[in-house]
Amino acid sequence: MRVSPLSGDNVACTSDSMPLIVTIIKPSRGWISLDLREVWTYRELLYFLTWRDVKVRYKQTVLGAAWAIIQPVFTMVVFSLFFGHLARIPSDGIPYPIFSYAALVPWTFFANGLGQSSNSLVGSANLIKKVYFPRLVVPVSSVISGTVDFVLAFIVLLGMMLFYGIVPTLNVIWLPLLLLLALVTALGVGLWLSAMNVQFRDVRYVVPFLTQFWLFATPIAYPSSLLSEPWRTLHGLNPMTGVVEGFRWALLGTETAPGPIIIVSSLMALALLVSGAFYFRRMERTFADVV
Amino acid sequence: MSGIAIQVEGLSKQYRIGSKQESYKTLRDTLSDAFASPFRRVGKLIRGQATGAAELDETIWALKDVSLEVKRGEVVGIIGRNGAGKTTLLKILSRVTEPTEGYAEIHGRVGSLLEVGTGFHPELTGRENIYLNGAILGMKKAEIERKFDEIVAFAEIEKFMDTPVKHYSSGMYVRLAFAVAAHLEPEILLVDEVLAVGDAAFQKKCLGKMGDVAKEGRTVLFVSHNMFSLQNLCTRGILLESGQIAMQGGITDVINRYLDSGREQSGEVSWDSPDVAPGNERVRLKAVRVVSEDGATGEVDISKEFRIEIDYWNLEPDSRRLVSVHLHNSMGICVLTSGNLPSASLTPDPWYSRRYPRGLFRTSCTIPGCLLNDGLHGITVYINEKTAYDNIVLARDVLSFTVQDTGVMRKEYTGKWLGAVRPRLDWHTTQLSS
Repeated sequence: MRVSPLSGDNVACTSDSMPLIVTIIKPSRGWISLDLREVWTYRELLYFLTWRDVKVRYKQTVLGAAWAIIQPVFTMVVFSLFFGHLARIPSDGIPYPIFSYAALVPWTFFANGLGQSSNSLVGSANLIKKVYFPRLVVPVSSVISGTVDFVLAFIVLLGMMLFYGIVPTLNVIWLPLLLLLALVTALGVGLWLSAMNVQFRDVRYVVPFLTQFWLFATPIAYPSSLLSEPWRTLHGLNPMTGVVEGFRWALLGTETAPGPIIIVSSLMALALLVSGAFYFRRMERTFADVV
Repeated sequence: MSGIAIQVEGLSKQYRIGSKQESYKTLRDTLSDAFASPFRRVGKLIRGQATGAAELDETIWALKDVSLEVKRGEVVGIIGRNGAGKTTLLKILSRVTEPTEGYAEIHGRVGSLLEVGTGFHPELTGRENIYLNGAILGMKKAEIERKFDEIVAFAEIEKFMDTPVKHYSSGMYVRLAFAVAAHLEPEILLVDEVLAVGDAAFQKKCLGKMGDVAKEGRTVLFVSHNMFSLQNLCTRGILLESGQIAMQGGITDVINRYLDSGREQSGEVSWDSPDVAPGNERVRLKAVRVVSEDGATGEVDISKEFRIEIDYWNLEPDSRRLVSVHLHNSMGICVLTSGNLPSASLTPDPWYSRRYPRGLFRTSCTIPGCLLNDGLHGITVYINEKTAYDNIVLARDVLSFTVQDTGVMRKEYTGKWLGAVRPRLDWHTTQLSS
């Protein structure tokens, strides 16, 4: 017997012949539960929406999936020229191009995921007004679909490591978890912004500004070792600091283990995700009426 | 509790609509508002209130205190004029939106068809869209795979399965969309006006499919303006009037009551405020009238001409407008469609080629005497951006009127004249041989 809950009320009822799902519909008030179990029953929809985003992303473009590589590579070239070559910013003893590119790969994943998820609800307005499904599926699928781009950019990173003769450390096993940290951060912020975007289209203008600002608040063009403790650990309050420093540590073997930074970053990312999810659920009831 | 599929108690839904004064604000108000309102809104946002500029807004009840019960296996038709709350009721029952008050209990898996082709992506192929659309409508992947061939056959698009749907004709698109939806197998099906698509042959096929669904013993809630399909599919009817249930009962009784309620009308429907009228921020309807030589009337003489007057606010400066009407008879048959296109007018309407400033306009259309058959007719009004298919105003069955047979054509034959029209024609007999 399956139970499909709404507003936190689940009632199971068995009829004479077969078990029927019983749904209770009533107005919800205040903060409501996340109801992750329902999201789980809709996992196939999550899969199909992600699959759609991946398939459609580079349709009708000339360069196609090459865009996934062009973005971080060109930023790396510009950074290497201005920050590495002209400004001579230190890079923890690693060649500047790969130092910045190793950070730009997870950063691009994060920035795109943030942008896509912020616009995801408004972009799916037609769907939201006509069909019921757990709305959380929409921003989640738009962040996940970015992993395909990440993989492509990551292959280039491996090529560069080969070129510079850098052998990854054993710590490379932590990489999936670091990617997850970037995903959680993008989703956490994306949930806040996508729910706000339904009502306040100002978000559309905030996102590019926010991403640009965030890029420089994250040690991508510079190493966080420029800061002394405790500021260096506090820099981890920006979860992307943990991701970026973690990537360099795992792949390029930068000297200091970024343990404390990553712990601070993970806690912060988790706080963003949980608060974002609750805010999203709270706003969800008006999505179909307002979007 | 067994035997009951849907139980609804005191369901109400309130919508917010924009403030009435909004369109007449001075520049100073606009400027001071522009500075002040972001702060107000940010304050609200922080408090987590979902309501935008709530205290300035007016509200309307789209649904008010609706209670009903549907037994398992019943096919219930929901009837009502535009804005009576039919779609809102389906939206609440399918959980797209939450009620403001009240309670509903649904026993069984719900499939809703509020619009065909929701979630179709133009860049994906027909095959891919079947999977995507199926998943959106709540089908499992295994279920879609099992029914895949059946869906393709129903839609009659075998050859184009691997073509992106953006290259489909609108007919193919709609057929595919309906085919996916028709193969949903929920215990309860909510359907909103989806049969009003496609060509006549396909509509017939869809009706047949809906009939099958009903015969399989599934519960169906069916919203339509087509009395013919309601009569054929449903056993019971619910009549909604301005958000409330006006009548429940056998489908024939409910349809008659719905048609009767038009007969009492004064031949005019009007809206005092642009905020509640059909339309959007570009055009709003003000009034629709049936005018004979004695003024606005709900009954016109079969042999005399009458005018259909459409009053509307044009709110978008420097725009082009096309006004058209559809007339349906009580069988749901479309008797005629017309618009103020020069080639469809006896004398061209000068405003057709002009740019509209903001303001109140009246477009009228004269229907000659001895054209329509007697009986009840409903008027549907469309206002479009000229040559665009965007339906800024689409008011279905916004006003009805009765054509009265006063006896001018009933001197020799007094029975019922069949047909949708009853023009006087040129009859002539010649003797060809003896």
